Amino acid sequence: MKLFEITTKPISTDEVIARLNAPTVGAVATFVGVVRGETDGREVCYLEYEAYPEMAEKTLRQIGDEIHARWRTIQEVAIVHRVGRLQVGETAVVIALSAAHRPEVFDALRYAIDRLKEIVPIWRKEVWMDGAERRSEAGE
Amino acid sequence: MENGEITVRVRFFAAPREALGTGEIEMEIPAGTTVGELMGLLMERYPALRPYTRFISVAVNRAYVGMQTELRDGDEVACLPPVGGG
Repeated sequence: MKLFEITTKPISTDEVIARLNAPTVGAVATFVGVVRGETDGREVCYLEYEAYPEMAEKTLRQIGDEIHARWRTIQEVAIVHRVGRLQVGETAVVIALSAAHRPEVFDALRYAIDRLKEIVPIWRKEVWMDGAERRSEAGE
Repeated sequence: MENGEITVRVRFFAAPREALGTGEIEMEIPAGTTVGELMGLLMERYPALRPYTRFISVAVNRAYVGMQTELRDGDEVACLPPVGGG
């Protein structure tokens, strides 16, 4: 089972958690990124995500390595990001990580999503109900 | 003495890919060409890419690199606009 994956298929949070199969685990924290229904007061029709898949999986793995180096108590990390056309309410990304105790999982989770937004080659095109578009690479 | 030409694959994503109309091209360039020099050649040959020049980061063989990096035969170069996952 891949711990770091770019997929075109719908993502199940439970299935990503199941990839963390350490029997001694005491805590699992997840972040689920979901397609928002509106941005800046405009209704979103759908999102289109595109990745450089080979490098995206490599940089996701790098984030896992960085987490293990910073937080020794984190046991396992899994990050799955979906690409292609996503409807409002669908899951775009799931980050799951496990540890024997809870204190560090929240910091590590936040680090993971912040790093993902910074270094992983994935792009997002928002298409609004009125037909207009906005691309992540055009700036916020 | 010159080492002649090398061939690199150049990949494009998102807005620059759409502007160019393709996700991948091959470039024959002189041995010793740097990433920065390759970017210059691309902008010269493909004016559609020019609006993105300032924003593009470059990866070689799936790792971010600086503009001074020298390219080798068979390298996979990727032009990456600012990312927006999550």
